[in-house]
Amino acid sequence: MTDSTAPTAALRRADLSEERLGRRYAAEKRFRAYGLMAIFAALAILGLLIGTIVLNGYTAFVQTHIAVPVYLDPQVIDPQDTNDPQIMGRADYQGLLRTSLRDRFPDVSGRRDRLKLYGILSNGAGLDVRDAVLSDPSIIGTTQTLWVKSSDDIDSLVKGYIDRTLPESDRRVKDNEIVWIEALEADGAIETQFNTTFFTAGDSREPEQAGIWGAVVGSFYTLLITLVLTFPIGVLSAVYLEEFAPKNKWTDLIEVNINNLAAVPSIIFGLLGLAVFLSIFGLPRSAPLVGGMVLALMTLPTIIIAARAALKAVPPSIREAALGVGASRLQVVTHHVLPLALPGIMTGTIIGMAQALGETAPLLMIGMVAFIVDIPGGVTDPATVLPVQIFLWADAPERAFVEKTNGAIMVLLGFLILMNALAVLLRKRFERQW
Amino acid sequence: MNSFLLIAILLVLASVGYQFGQRRARSVSGGHPSTLHSRPQYYGFYVALWCGIPSVLLMALWLILEPHVAEWMLISNLPEDIQSLPEDRLSLLLNDVKNLASGNIVSREVDASLQAAADGYASVRQIGNAAMTVVAIAIAVLGLAFARKRISPELRARNLVERTVSVLMIIASTIAILTTIGIVMSLLFEAMRFFARVPWYEFLFGLEWSPQTALRADQVGASGAFGAIPLFAGTLLITFIAMCVAVPIGLFSAIYMSEYAPQRMRAIVKPMLEILAGVPTVVYGFFAALTVAPFIRRTGESLGMTVSSESALAAGVVMGIMIIPFVSSLSDDVMNAVPRALRDGAFALGATKSETIKQVIFPAALPGIVGSLLLAMSRAIGETMIVVMAAGLAANLTADPLEAVTTVTVQIVTLLVGDQEFDSAKTLAAFALGLVLFAVTLTLNVIALNVVRRYREKYD
Repeated sequence: MTDSTAPTAALRRADLSEERLGRRYAAEKRFRAYGLMAIFAALAILGLLIGTIVLNGYTAFVQTHIAVPVYLDPQVIDPQDTNDPQIMGRADYQGLLRTSLRDRFPDVSGRRDRLKLYGILSNGAGLDVRDAVLSDPSIIGTTQTLWVKSSDDIDSLVKGYIDRTLPESDRRVKDNEIVWIEALEADGAIETQFNTTFFTAGDSREPEQAGIWGAVVGSFYTLLITLVLTFPIGVLSAVYLEEFAPKNKWTDLIEVNINNLAAVPSIIFGLLGLAVFLSIFGLPRSAPLVGGMVLALMTLPTIIIAARAALKAVPPSIREAALGVGASRLQVVTHHVLPLALPGIMTGTIIGMAQALGETAPLLMIGMVAFIVDIPGGVTDPATVLPVQIFLWADAPERAFVEKTNGAIMVLLGFLILMNALAVLLRKRFERQW
Repeated sequence: MNSFLLIAILLVLASVGYQFGQRRARSVSGGHPSTLHSRPQYYGFYVALWCGIPSVLLMALWLILEPHVAEWMLISNLPEDIQSLPEDRLSLLLNDVKNLASGNIVSREVDASLQAAADGYASVRQIGNAAMTVVAIAIAVLGLAFARKRISPELRARNLVERTVSVLMIIASTIAILTTIGIVMSLLFEAMRFFARVPWYEFLFGLEWSPQTALRADQVGASGAFGAIPLFAGTLLITFIAMCVAVPIGLFSAIYMSEYAPQRMRAIVKPMLEILAGVPTVVYGFFAALTVAPFIRRTGESLGMTVSSESALAAGVVMGIMIIPFVSSLSDDVMNAVPRALRDGAFALGATKSETIKQVIFPAALPGIVGSLLLAMSRAIGETMIVVMAAGLAANLTADPLEAVTTVTVQIVTLLVGDQEFDSAKTLAAFALGLVLFAVTLTLNVIALNVVRRYREKYD
């Protein structure tokens, strides 16, 4: 029995093992494909994220302008002929623009249609005229063709965000407005120009007049406070823990503590800021000073951990050599170890700062979400920061704020990429292999 | 800005002190610096420290105490009948006086007594500020003169300076501890005040959350219910969805990166995954609210389902995307730490790569992977902006990912953003939620860090 079946069994086993091997290789291939798919999924999501932001946001950097021939009536601008910029600055430039629009479209009548017609220009368009007049008062009394900002709806229409084929009741821009715009377009009186307002103005309720500069300045002050507080404290405590601290329960506690603080949700730091800095110390709400302090506490663990890693990377032989020639322990650190570890510490600091720049939640807690038009002039002025500005604009109902939000995100990501690139560069340039 | 000018002045004084000290040390040594105990710079630092530290301490103390003292003086100067007002109305009045003093808009008619109080308050603060500036500079100069006088060749300047620096270092390293204590104390303290109004069992086990407390006592339908179970459920639902997205993508990409990917691919793909971790959460929130949520809604509607525009699914998926890099980079590290010998052993027995991973490396790395998943989960629980922008506000107790749910962090933000009085049950509830959030994330972190550490020690 056994003799006769042996060859066939062996044959069958060989077949089986061949088959099993095939299955195993197939499983291997499948497994590999899952891994690749996961990576492609992650990268595709990244691409989608960046792609939608850039596609929806690049138009925030341009703004539709309308060329309006304005008669700069001396009777309106400077009736007494004073040449005083104060008086000239107060004149009704918006009214001049309205007159000119009325002349361009004489057949528009009726109060409501007139208001619609005036509405194709921004409420701030008069300011553009004023600036032109103030920079060159000699143009008063002449007719100048000036490019002024359009309103946000017209801006969206020209940029193609509003579908002109929709039924009139479904779109914000009505038929007669489209007729006027098409007439102006035929004249070549509509143009999209680089949007300087976006980079120079503070926040505004009108999308075409809103800019990120206020938020950028607020972010700058906040980060300045964060850096001033967190860098010295972080370096001092890292040096202490790495170079001086005895190994005992207390330093163990500090270590565990720092590791855990690094993983505390950022919003908790906001609650701390609210309860301690605002309620107990009575510091001003919405101020970069408090924002910077909260973010400093939040980034401190990151910087301490990075600085300790950098200090640890300095070989002990350097310390021993310095001690050997009679340096004190502090001299060893300040003259030798710290300068060698500094690039690593700087890299960690920049990464911590980048993290602080993108942080929003704790700042909401301490009132940095206010609507602030003015550019902050100092660390105690009410201010907002770039991510909070994005949050505020994301909530705004106007369609035109969507592109502004995307534009602001692009600026924020630009700053973050810049900071991280700097960190990478620093690491590449000064990294030493011991 | 005044205090910044003062800090600048003090810094200048300290550097002047440094020069003075150095020069003085050189001159007392009579041209032989080697007769000094320390090098001349240390005498300079000695003088600078004497000049800077006492005055800065005084300034810090002043900045903390001054508003309270000024307010106390303001109250004691007000007429009797105002002083006897109830606490909340008094604080409103004080706010108005302060606003008036700093030239802001005031919420009531300005009468003579209010104006007088505001003027008095403004002048007290002005005098106080001037006095502080003068005293701080005087102390700095005195410190400078005192230290300079003490310089002699026998003065052990280096030891004194080094001791001061090491005290500074110890103070700096306790700030981390103080932060933790500050967090725990402030959360506990405010939460206790909340639990004095709403019993803790009602908060932890109540099924209804509607934190609108009545403005007037006779108001209907706004009694305020503080049962946090719907919030915990919503947080868990969104975290669960996030983990469902992040765990497979994160783990598989970590496996591919650590076991299959060639060096060049690693060098490109790894930083790109890190970008996902570096994107600010407000950007993810915007992405969730404007791109993912409408997409899910349209898809759901085309399949004949009703999807809320603030569905838990959208927030959860985007949060999952956010934590992919945490999962992948931590698990990557963990799997790289599995010793070569285990791998070689499995290969020697004829296992394919995937069999080695599934049956040897993965089980060996499991504790570390679990640790990294716990860390990622604690991130997801504490994440705020994505859910604030993409999840709902209404507290629904549901497990349907297509409905809107709210989370602990969303409620903290909505309770605290805007102007309310600080000690209403509504604001205090935010601190109670914060306490729960802190306790949960801390527990997860401690467990995760311990698991990871024990795992590392096993293979070290």
